[in-house]
Amino acid sequence: MSSLTEPSRSSRSFRAALRAEWTKFRTVRGWMIGLVFAALMVVLFTFLQANGKHTGYCTTPNPSSCVNGHQYVPSGPDGEAVADTYELVAKQLTGDGTITARITSLVGRIWAGPANEAPSLADTESGLTSWAKAGLLITPSTRQGSSYAAVMTTGGHGVRFQYDYTNDQAGLPGSISGTAPRWLRLTRTGNVITGYDSSDGTHWHTVGCAQLAHLPTTVYIGLFATSPTTSQGSATTATASFDDIAIGPQADRAAQATSGPWHSMSIGTGPRDFYTTLRNSGYRQTSDSILVTGSGDIAPAVAEVGGDTASDSLLFGLVIALIVLIVIGTMFITSEYRRGLIRTTFAATPDRGRVLAAKAVVIGGVAFAVGAVASAVAIPLGEHVMSGNGNYIFPADSLTVARVIVGSGALVALTAVAVLGLGTILRRSAGAILAGVVVFVLPTFTGPGIIGPTSAGSAATWLYRVTPAAGFSMLGLLPRSGLVSYQYTMGNGYYPLPPWAGLLVLATYTTVALSAARVVLRRRDA
Amino acid sequence: MTDALRAEWTKLRTVTGTWWLVVGVLALSVAASAGIAASTHVSPPGGPGGASQDPTKLSLIGVDLGQAVVAVLAVLAITEEYGTGVIRVTLTATPRRAVMLSAKAVNIAGLALITAVPAVVGCLIAGRLLLPQAGLDPAHGYALISIAHGPTLRAAVGSVLYLGLIALLGLGIGAVLRDAAVSTGIVLGLLYLPPLFAQLVSGPWRRHIQQLAPMTAGLAIQATRNIRTLPISPWAGLAVLAAWAAGMLLIGLAVLKARDA
Repeated sequence: MSSLTEPSRSSRSFRAALRAEWTKFRTVRGWMIGLVFAALMVVLFTFLQANGKHTGYCTTPNPSSCVNGHQYVPSGPDGEAVADTYELVAKQLTGDGTITARITSLVGRIWAGPANEAPSLADTESGLTSWAKAGLLITPSTRQGSSYAAVMTTGGHGVRFQYDYTNDQAGLPGSISGTAPRWLRLTRTGNVITGYDSSDGTHWHTVGCAQLAHLPTTVYIGLFATSPTTSQGSATTATASFDDIAIGPQADRAAQATSGPWHSMSIGTGPRDFYTTLRNSGYRQTSDSILVTGSGDIAPAVAEVGGDTASDSLLFGLVIALIVLIVIGTMFITSEYRRGLIRTTFAATPDRGRVLAAKAVVIGGVAFAVGAVASAVAIPLGEHVMSGNGNYIFPADSLTVARVIVGSGALVALTAVAVLGLGTILRRSAGAILAGVVVFVLPTFTGPGIIGPTSAGSAATWLYRVTPAAGFSMLGLLPRSGLVSYQYTMGNGYYPLPPWAGLLVLATYTTVALSAARVVLRRRDA
Repeated sequence: MTDALRAEWTKLRTVTGTWWLVVGVLALSVAASAGIAASTHVSPPGGPGGASQDPTKLSLIGVDLGQAVVAVLAVLAITEEYGTGVIRVTLTATPRRAVMLSAKAVNIAGLALITAVPAVVGCLIAGRLLLPQAGLDPAHGYALISIAHGPTLRAAVGSVLYLGLIALLGLGIGAVLRDAAVSTGIVLGLLYLPPLFAQLVSGPWRRHIQQLAPMTAGLAIQATRNIRTLPISPWAGLAVLAAWAAGMLLIGLAVLKARDA
């Protein structure tokens, strides 16, 4: 029997300890004021920081062309930010059909002028970026951000089949030359688009297929070329040479294809589009081939947009909240030592591990509530203020925003619990707060804040990998994509660790501090 | 006054915490400088736009961290007395508040200055040994760090004075607030939050914050290059910090006189 009643008695006693600790916590007026202050600071500084962010852009070097607001960033089929800027030479196709072409060359040019000047073709050198793309494309609309499927050759990633910006399948590897051309084929059957490649024009391999939702009967089908900026941000162009072009209905299906002339369209190359391009797009038709030159990208948009994220204004307020919670978390145990209350506490709950656990649950719970509630209020507020100032905010789904809110709470909670551990070990307020601020707050600053982004970029990156500052990775909302060559560095706003991995680093520190505190608490007299 | 000074010194040196914190100042400063210097890589060597880095400032980065311990040392010098009740004995022995606070200020500032000398020298040696490996060497237009270089000497002496002033600031805040935990939180927040906030705002606000905040203004003394682009000139910056310290001590004195211990 006793083995059955034992756990329930133990859990009842833990609940009693928990209630005792909660009563001790909530009855200290200064601490409750501190919690409210911390939450208000998060919201206030999020507002101040968001309010200070303004965006404007100029369409020409002439200052009179400058306007407030951000440049146009298209939204893809799933609402994500995309780049959709390319040169299309197409016909309209009604019903099912197919297009086949051979690509005999893919060459490019890269802007080599000063970074602060508008790129022009005059100052370029020859070169091809690895994600320069040219091939065959089907799209229901030439509106930016519309659905599409394409089979393409690339500068450095072989043949690819891509659709709707984020989906990518690899085909034949290798680059294009006159002696190693590539044949590409794209077919439409109902809603299904299939891409094929071939190195000789007779043996075909399927690269991939896509089911595009809501595909109308009549679509654009044709040749495209585009070339993204280099990872250093220089605009580029790519020119592809197509021949052996065959376009029309599939032999075994009844469908109509126009045999009319090619329409050349520059998608998204206007001055309002965010993507940096070299204005060299166009096409040239010779007796047996078509040359298409494009600049831009058809891919997810990353931080190149220069936009903000919903969590961008949150950091400073959270740091203030961290310092306040470090002070309160320390005092939660050190004040008991100072006043001798700890002896009463241990007389009431002799299991010291249980006392520490109860204290950890109480301080962790309130800290989580403060961080989460404050950021749940601050995030929409910051987003609203930043959009009002004309800034572009990367779209984030509610699950991702929930991750940031939970992350803010967890960040504050784990820090407060860790400092409770430090306070238990050191028993002295000043020492524990000093250790708490040095270990849990200062690494956050040693990044771009104090040293400057250039002089110690690698140091800052390491601090955000191995110190508690890694927990701030939970705030990261900037999109990344393997389909875009970009410097995903701290200087460009990317945390070096994925969100949950960063939180795990912080949790490790907390676990170590709390375990050490537990051992010390059991060994020492009160 | 001599008796008060001796009494304060006896209290300061016989508390074990003091010596731990002194060791902490030295260890944290030199370790931080060495760590940052070792992990710095300037690419391409020499950096963008020629010799734009400041090796002296970079190697004195440890002062940024060591000041936290100095501030806590100073906060504890007075808040511990309130925590344990010794303050009533102290004030019985030295009833004149101004004399007692001055004696504390002289002691704590002296200890901070004496600790700061080896800390700053250690930081500079770490920088001199490690920064050339990061590409900041004479081949790329960076002279080795040397005290013989006027601005470097000013940066080194200034950093020592800076730590002394930080101690006075900490003592002043401790005298005002009397609670160790709250004072430590406030002094660390006052030092570290404005520089972070300055990075997050744009326009003239950033400059004003950097001119007025104790840490950013005071640390202007460490710059040896591009002095003109600093938000505040080196000695003026140190004067801003001195004003903060003096102001806090005066408020502390007023509070001491006005309130019961």
